Amino acid sequence: MHTLASLRRGQRAIIKHFSVEDVPLKLLEMGCLPGNEVSLVQQAPFQDPIYLNINGSHLAIRKATALLIEIELI
Amino acid sequence: MGRQINVALLGNPNTGKTSVFNRLTGLNQKVGNYPGITVEKKEGVCTLERGLKAHILDLPGTYSLNASSLDENVVIELLLNKNDKDFPDVAIVVADVENLKRNLLLFTQIKDLGIPTILAINMADRMKRKAISLDIEQLEEKLETKIALISSRKNEGFETLKQYITQYASLSVKPCVNASSIAPEYFNRLEKAFPDQDLYKLWLVITQDVNFGVLERGALKGIATFQTESTSNLKRLQQKETIARYQFINEVLKETLAIDTENAKDFRSRMDRILTHRIWGYIIFFGILLLIFQAIFDWSSYPMDFIDSTFAAFSEWTKAIMPPGDFTNLIAEGIIPGLGGIVIFIPQIAFLFLFISILEETGYMSRVVFLMDRSMRRFGLSGKSVVPLVSGTACAIPAIMATRNIESWKERLITILVTPFTTCSARLPVYLIIIALVIPEQRVLGIFSLQGLTLMFLYLLGFGAAIFSAWLLDKVLKIRSKSFFVIEMPNYKVPILKNVMITVVEKTKSFVWGAGKIILAISIILWVLASYGPGDFNRAEEIIAQQTVGQQLSETELETKIASFKLENSYVGHMGKFIEPAVRPLGYDWKIGIAIVSSFAAREVFVGTLATIYSVGSEEEETIRNRMAAEVNPVLGTPIFNFASGISLLLFYAFAMQCMSTLAIVRRETNSWKWPLWQLFAMSAIAYIVALAAYQFLK
Repeated sequence: MHTLASLRRGQRAIIKHFSVEDVPLKLLEMGCLPGNEVSLVQQAPFQDPIYLNINGSHLAIRKATALLIEIELI
Repeated sequence: MGRQINVALLGNPNTGKTSVFNRLTGLNQKVGNYPGITVEKKEGVCTLERGLKAHILDLPGTYSLNASSLDENVVIELLLNKNDKDFPDVAIVVADVENLKRNLLLFTQIKDLGIPTILAINMADRMKRKAISLDIEQLEEKLETKIALISSRKNEGFETLKQYITQYASLSVKPCVNASSIAPEYFNRLEKAFPDQDLYKLWLVITQDVNFGVLERGALKGIATFQTESTSNLKRLQQKETIARYQFINEVLKETLAIDTENAKDFRSRMDRILTHRIWGYIIFFGILLLIFQAIFDWSSYPMDFIDSTFAAFSEWTKAIMPPGDFTNLIAEGIIPGLGGIVIFIPQIAFLFLFISILEETGYMSRVVFLMDRSMRRFGLSGKSVVPLVSGTACAIPAIMATRNIESWKERLITILVTPFTTCSARLPVYLIIIALVIPEQRVLGIFSLQGLTLMFLYLLGFGAAIFSAWLLDKVLKIRSKSFFVIEMPNYKVPILKNVMITVVEKTKSFVWGAGKIILAISIILWVLASYGPGDFNRAEEIIAQQTVGQQLSETELETKIASFKLENSYVGHMGKFIEPAVRPLGYDWKIGIAIVSSFAAREVFVGTLATIYSVGSEEEETIRNRMAAEVNPVLGTPIFNFASGISLLLFYAFAMQCMSTLAIVRRETNSWKWPLWQLFAMSAIAYIVALAAYQFLK
């Protein structure tokens, strides 16, 4: 199972699933929804936080959150 | 008087909402606070046509109506309270053409509240370059509203927008997403329980963890049973709602929005590759910090020197033209130096906010947060703590207000508690004058000035103290809070000069009126306390005359003796004597004691107090520095300001919490007296102990 934390530069993926309990609603509202395409723009040192492009929405999240979001590489 | 309609300006952060506000209202705006909280309230007036004005309220930027911060609470509380005097007749949602999809989420929520809602699509000037095409007519039809394509940078589209505001009454208020379609079973139950309430509003009241003090609770009896529905169930429903809204938006945009993605690979990604790079990113960030410090310390010294000498000359001039007496003295020795003590900080504060607002406007600040998050987290802080800690070098008050966008309460609290350790501009005058007195004017290695290095050391000490105490607090504080972190990385933009200037003017004004009042009041009180006294004070001439019988004294020598006798016996002299036993182990005399006590209101008062104390009753114009250097310990005959006492004083000011305004802000931001009192006690204790140790060791 891949999570957002394992995404590398140049790879593209689809967001599959995440637990409602642990992932804040705000992330959804900002465009991080199941079914959306995601790619990695940049990583800070130690791969934390990561800077993502989710269907045109540019967001940065921490590794801890990224580990909760399942993806499927395409 | 013509008619006036209430307009609420809403939108996601980074959509240029504030520049739309500035365009609509010009300088016709006022910035205040919402009662009881420190969320900025910006309002202004815009003339729509003859006899019709719009009262425009610029609400805090928010991604949705599901509030997760104080700022966002303000938005939802207003929109749910029809009785609020600011309740909008019409709402304008400002959207960024490049982020239309996400921006429309908030639009659908607001329209669903039954408020006429105009969509203003901003940054239309970028459409061509970004190869974006929009079918406005069809979009208007699908969203059932009016849409204005505007560009606040080029000042385009605002006439259309104003026209739509004028015609607000004709707008449809039909909801975009039918609430009961999200979760039919749940919403049907809700509808049965409250047949005459709007479902979407009910839903917002149930899910929001906000204080709806003003909302009519009477009509919502029994709502608690719905609130106790398991929170995870509510969360799932909220997620469903968001997804349903996005489905609606995707459907709407499918036929109306086209983006040629090939064209969109651009400037942005090239800039990000450098500015968020793991090596270059940091080098550039520290370079920018260096530039800011250079501006604050070096460039602003020219206007500051000018202000200093202007006020000194003004004071002399007042004394010369006005008849001598108490009133003249009050003006020349109390009020004018007091005013000077406020005005002198303006250049530094203006420079800092110039830089901060440029960094915010360009979108660079988010990159800094991204770069610094990991290292800050090691100390229990957040990447978003960088902005408060850097702003703290100007003033802790705006800095603490800037912590509001930190999502995790624990990280936010720690940031608030440690920010006052950073060297604010009020400490600077104290540092400068003491450094000039006790640190020799030498150069190290032939280039670096020893005085400059001392100053830099004090800044590093402040940062170090902040970081170290953050680390300690992170270990000690037992607060469970989910540490999530989401930050938008906005597009790079050329800052709009007008926005930058308005920010600089507003922040400077709020300093002058906020902190300035306190400084002026204290200067005047001190002058009064130093100019009057009980008992012997009023017989100073007699007593000195008796003491000096038989001595050959010149006129001036006699006057100096009388003046210092008066000061010692004035009210302030008595106060200083009273606390002298407590400050003597730190190497201070009663005069410094007074200055320290008075700077518990605000640090910058220190220099002003010494200036007042040393200038009271003295005729010749002399700099404070020379007077301080001439102060001699009456017992030992050594200068009061020597190396040991100077260092002790510097360290005391580096650590002590001496700012009533900061305490008041902390009280408001944490909503309790517990934290500011704790801060006051802990910081003062550290300051006393460190200063004591330094003096005893160096003595």
